[in-house]
Amino acid sequence: MEFFVFVCAALMILVGAVGVITRSHPVHAALSLVLTLFGVAVLFVAQDAHFLAAVQVIVYAGAIVVLFLFVIMLLGVDRVENLRTEPLTSQRPLAIIVSLGLIGVLVAAFVRGSDALHERGEGINIPDLTTGTDANTTQLAESIFSQYVVAFEVTSVLLVIAVVGTVLLARRTKTVVAENPK
Amino acid sequence: MIALDTLLIDKILWTPLLIVLLKVVVVFVIGLLATMLMVWFERKAIAGMQNRIGPNKTGPFGILQTLADGIKLFFKEDLIPNRADRFVFVLAPFLSFVPAFLAFAIIPLGGDFRNGNAGEVTWFGQVTKVQLADPPIGVLFALAISSIAVYGIMLAGWSSGSKYPLLGSVRASAQMVSYEAALGLSLASVLLISGTLSTSGIVSAQSKITNWHFFSTGILPFIIFLIAATAELNRPPFDLVEAEQELVGGFNTEYSSIRFALFYLAEFMNTVTMSALIVTLFFGGPQPIAFGDFVFDIPLIPNALEGTIWLLAKVLVFLYIYIWFRATLPRLRYDQLMDLGWKVLIPAALGWFMLLASQRLARQNDWNIILVTTSAVVVMVGCYLLLQAAFSQSARQRETQGPMF
Repeated sequence: MEFFVFVCAALMILVGAVGVITRSHPVHAALSLVLTLFGVAVLFVAQDAHFLAAVQVIVYAGAIVVLFLFVIMLLGVDRVENLRTEPLTSQRPLAIIVSLGLIGVLVAAFVRGSDALHERGEGINIPDLTTGTDANTTQLAESIFSQYVVAFEVTSVLLVIAVVGTVLLARRTKTVVAENPK
Repeated sequence: MIALDTLLIDKILWTPLLIVLLKVVVVFVIGLLATMLMVWFERKAIAGMQNRIGPNKTGPFGILQTLADGIKLFFKEDLIPNRADRFVFVLAPFLSFVPAFLAFAIIPLGGDFRNGNAGEVTWFGQVTKVQLADPPIGVLFALAISSIAVYGIMLAGWSSGSKYPLLGSVRASAQMVSYEAALGLSLASVLLISGTLSTSGIVSAQSKITNWHFFSTGILPFIIFLIAATAELNRPPFDLVEAEQELVGGFNTEYSSIRFALFYLAEFMNTVTMSALIVTLFFGGPQPIAFGDFVFDIPLIPNALEGTIWLLAKVLVFLYIYIWFRATLPRLRYDQLMDLGWKVLIPAALGWFMLLASQRLARQNDWNIILVTTSAVVVMVGCYLLLQAAFSQSARQRETQGPMF
């Protein structure tokens, strides 16, 4: 049963991921991304990480991709992109270098952590019915708000800085009042 | 692996499997029937409020009007516009319809929650709950589903390949994403008081009328939740998604036949689900009305069935309130909608949540609760003044420099 769930979820993830890259239409690519995110959520549920699965759907599928789509629709870039024109000439070689580096990092991480694939580490205890249905959420909250509270706060500060920076960048400073005030 | 239903924990046997299948079918049928009756109820109640008669030809009191409309829509020609993105255009109604039914699965539909019972009933020798699924994440499932429902509306508007539906869907997605924050924050107050995410756990925590989260969270979270839920449902006065005067018809302009019917169905199904969710979260769901030791007990009916009756009665009140909203409140302007969501509801929900959290911390650590509450209120007033200063500053800048974006 678990194997069956894994195969289905893995297929969803792979099909979605391939779709994100190969679909030339931005909206279709974003929808493929949703498929991938759902596959990951299914895998979380299969691993009894229900809270993570819910957050995955609420935050990623429900907010972030919706914002992607929102921007795509609002800016009217929902046309098929012509891939021959190149706005930044050094873009492709750079992309190849960066993706090779990413593959290297991922492979290194897998090699380093390969022993964790065989046996379960000392991570968060998997809740069962004896510990109550909320054990999962409680444990996550405890580790976020006590053990990793500094990292958590720093991350939130980082997000606030990003938001403020975006507003500042997007803001047009108008020193001259419009000629025909309404 | 934690099963969503206590029946499915050990080896899967035939009887539990059949019970679960039966529950799936029953919940689906209840959903369809509730939607059908809701459409009729809305038309009839609004007709009453506007001094009209409303549907009265098909069946007694016109109750079969929705069925007739559905059959008519089913046999109409199914059009796909030339400029539409065919795949997404066909997919969108289902993306809207399926979440509407999924969310209904976590609502406790009955059962005996009195005296600390967990709402479990025994059917054919098997102990189960009168709800389709009781996932450990409970209410978060409803939030996740409601965030998925955005896709249906958004993609419907976009894939039509036409301007007005696109405008409608862009409005919808902005509105739903912004009000989801207020919805989640007001929900957090309930979760803080009940201490669990599971819907049946939340219902069990509300055994007496004073324990109803409507009172124990201090009414404000309920008001915020009700407003945000109305906006999330795109119902009047927040129905800018389908403002006829501005957008012809909204995101579903290009849809016809059964696809249009699916959107319509999803909209009303969502209303029913949201009312049931409000009742579950704030008004004790299937719990009877009880003060102290006194319980309003309906005689002769077993307690488990009585839960269903109470739930139905409470849900009907909220369905009526939604209809009432529609008949009495004028539609908001778009900037008013966004101002209400971001500048009023979200700060208020966040502040109230912090107040409740500080009180809970004080109670746990035996601090002086009056002192803690007073200082929390002082901090909140300070934050409110800062926020107002920021708003007035930005208003002044807008006057001198013109709009920023």
